[in-house]
Amino acid sequence: MSDMRKKEPKGVRLDHISKIYQNPKTGQDFYAVHDVELDIEPGSFVTLLGPSGCGKTTTLRMIAGFESPDEGEIYLGGEPINQLTPNKRDTAMVFQSYALFPHYNVFDNVAYGLRLRKVPKDEIRERVTNILKLVELSDMEQRMTNQLSGGQQQRVALARALVVEPGVLLFDEPLSNLDAKLRVQMRTEIRRIQQALGITAIYVTHDQSEAMAISDNIILMKGGVIAQMGSPTEIYYHPNSEFVADFIGECNFLKCTVKGHEGGDAVAEVDGRPVRVRCDKPGITGNAEIVLRPEAIGIADEGQLPCKVELSCFMGSYQNYHVRVGDTLVKIADNCPIGKKTFQVGDDAYISFRSECAHLLET
Amino acid sequence: MAKAQSAALDRKKLMGDPIMVTTIVVLIAFLTLFILYPLAILLVDSFVGDGGFSFSVFERIFKMSNFTRAITNTLKVGFVVGILSSLLGLLFAYVEVYLRMNRCVGGLFKVVSMLPVVSPPFVLSLSMIMLFGKAGLITRFLLGIYDNNVYGYWGIVVVQTLTFFPVCYMMLKGLLKNIDPSLEEAARDMGASRWKVFADVTLPLLLPGIGNAFLVTFIESIADFANPMIIGGSYDTLATTIYLQITGAYDKAGAAAMAVVLLIITLGMFAVQKYYLERKTAATLTGKASRARMLIEDKSVKIPLTIFCAVGAAFVIMMYICVPIGALFPTWGYKFTPLTFKWFEQVFTRYRGLQAFRDSFVLSLIAAPITALLSMIISYLVVKRKFRGKGFIEAVSMLAMAVPGTVLGVGYIRGFANGLFHTGVLSGIYGTGLILIIVFIVRSLPTGTRSGISALRQIDKSIEESAYDMGADSLKVFTSVTLPLIKDSFLSGLVTAFVRSITAISAIILLVTPSYLLITVQINEFAEKGAFSIACAFATILIIITYGSVLLMNFIIKHFGTSRKVKEVE
Repeated sequence: MSDMRKKEPKGVRLDHISKIYQNPKTGQDFYAVHDVELDIEPGSFVTLLGPSGCGKTTTLRMIAGFESPDEGEIYLGGEPINQLTPNKRDTAMVFQSYALFPHYNVFDNVAYGLRLRKVPKDEIRERVTNILKLVELSDMEQRMTNQLSGGQQQRVALARALVVEPGVLLFDEPLSNLDAKLRVQMRTEIRRIQQALGITAIYVTHDQSEAMAISDNIILMKGGVIAQMGSPTEIYYHPNSEFVADFIGECNFLKCTVKGHEGGDAVAEVDGRPVRVRCDKPGITGNAEIVLRPEAIGIADEGQLPCKVELSCFMGSYQNYHVRVGDTLVKIADNCPIGKKTFQVGDDAYISFRSECAHLLET
Repeated sequence: MAKAQSAALDRKKLMGDPIMVTTIVVLIAFLTLFILYPLAILLVDSFVGDGGFSFSVFERIFKMSNFTRAITNTLKVGFVVGILSSLLGLLFAYVEVYLRMNRCVGGLFKVVSMLPVVSPPFVLSLSMIMLFGKAGLITRFLLGIYDNNVYGYWGIVVVQTLTFFPVCYMMLKGLLKNIDPSLEEAARDMGASRWKVFADVTLPLLLPGIGNAFLVTFIESIADFANPMIIGGSYDTLATTIYLQITGAYDKAGAAAMAVVLLIITLGMFAVQKYYLERKTAATLTGKASRARMLIEDKSVKIPLTIFCAVGAAFVIMMYICVPIGALFPTWGYKFTPLTFKWFEQVFTRYRGLQAFRDSFVLSLIAAPITALLSMIISYLVVKRKFRGKGFIEAVSMLAMAVPGTVLGVGYIRGFANGLFHTGVLSGIYGTGLILIIVFIVRSLPTGTRSGISALRQIDKSIEESAYDMGADSLKVFTSVTLPLIKDSFLSGLVTAFVRSITAISAIILLVTPSYLLITVQINEFAEKGAFSIACAFATILIIITYGSVLLMNFIIKHFGTSRKVKEVE
């Protein structure tokens, strides 16, 4: 299917981009986006992830040209584009509200961008037909957009952006108006189409599972700055801060004292008991925090750290425990619980984890 | 922290869009020249009119007893009309929203709300004189009263109240419909009587809205020229005093100063209405009613209120009907049979009716599409775009709403008769049809802009952004997306502008020259001379034209409007 594409995907580079807004209440200026530096490879799928107000949408809208950066320069395919209006930029955006033209039918919606580019009629018909086939809406060409379901409208919006073969495709929380099941289905679809066409995509979302499922790289933002960027596994297993660890999935933090390093592991003590944590930074000593994912912790009658069970709850695919280790509450997801011993509230037990499943944070 | 770069980039992006830049520049020039400048020249004239900068002109006019009397008169009338109109409007709105009415009464209400829109502003004055005056059908022939005097204070109050209360009724109806019925049900559930619910819940929620309606009517009343002119007799208001000062006393500097006084009053009212009450109304009444309201079935409430409103509505309608009927009597007040078309014939044979209708029609027909397009462009820029000067455009087009026609008329005389700042530049447009068209545009622009803005606010901003993002320039976005989506609003703006223009009088009467005959000016002239039959004949034809165009608009919107395609599938 990649033969449908005649243009090469473009890379995007943000060179120390900042955007200043005014707080409408206090009248004070603040950085909505501050000194963001990014290099997005052609053909890759990158997600800007973060809580609301973190600057992800502003960043995307600066790339599209709706907002102008206050500092820095944006490059698209190596060319600086700060001065270009949105209609002159080789970008296409899929909006949160779909933004379909209600007075056009599906075909005309998708053909809009091609008509603006004065593409010959026959070619428009061919390209629109092909792209509608790709998003599986072939028999809906003549429908008005309000006759479509939310998922179908989303596909039209995607087709409309794809058909102009933009250098980069921008997504502004495109799935947030869909129900949970459809969201999962559509994100798989978006990923499939992006890979089939080999297009560069920048995707904004606040949903971490969506970001994990869809991206080559995640850029996690907080308060206008990049908190961490990396592949989904890197970010999940090697968060560089409590914020990142907490934002990406559930997380436990155990206070410890690092005593030394041994064969790629840090040797530490939690409440006087020794544990090992994978650590490639031999510089860390003294007080630190162990980051532990709930599914990486085992619970048994014997193990590394003693604990007391405070909650025990059957969730189907896992048994959910809250246990107290010293003063700290630790959440455990004990996968596939059938056939294992089930601990009850008030029971004494031990938790244990493999060193490569844990991650050390300096405090 | 400096926002210099984004400002510079925004400017560059704007400059890369020559159509947009041209539009903005032209708009700003138009608004400055035809709204701000005429008002500015009034200020200048009233300070330097008697030579040298001084307050002498103001001192002079405030020493004139007829001027100070006119101020009190105007405020008194405006205040009373404001109160009566909002009360009457509230009653009508309450009856419509809270009582189950039969179709007949509902129909009467609809007609009442429609009539002031399609008829020229002074129709009720005419019928008031014809029904209740010295030779009035009701006073003289039904009641046998031979010396009833309708001219003066009460005449103006009654006529203006009946003309303006439908506006209050429409405003308050919208607000009442937005009150969540469960609030009232909660009060009733806790044991409040129906009256208590109204006094403790409904009324307080509605109070800012009533205040709003009061001020809107107050401003309308103060700015009204035609009714005081015809039925005021010797009871002069500011608008008529200014008119007489310029046409009778030829005191242009004095008239300018008086216009400034009138403008200050209306602007003050407008500021209160716009920045205080409108916000309060929005704050107390948010959101839509959650579900349908339990209508009041109680006969002791329902029957008297319904009868009162039905009779009131029927009375208003009768007053309007009086005009076409009056045109059919051989001699009003003396000879009623046989009915005759001779006045209609005379309109065309003796009084150059054809020319009057042609001039009015053509000028309004030119002004209407320009107004409609201009107001849609302004709304688009105000709602959807950001650029420097946007605040200016928005403020000036709203300001025009608060400028009484008479003030604008005097401003145009002072501003253009001798050219810009009395230098002779541009004086060529004075006395031409062009300046009449411009006045028509300026007078209808605020209404069109307001309805355009509210229509555009309904449209998700990202729809236009996506078109822009797909590669459309500003012009293309406006023509291919914005305009089609607000086609209905555009069409109704078109007709409103046409109707307002063809029925306009207050500013026009000061600016029209003998080379143009305008219907409204003709009607005013005949009514002042006491030639009511011929005035009625003119007015009847005018109503037919305006009503016809409203019908045509409704037909077009129903069959070709945008929302049809979008709505029918829902």
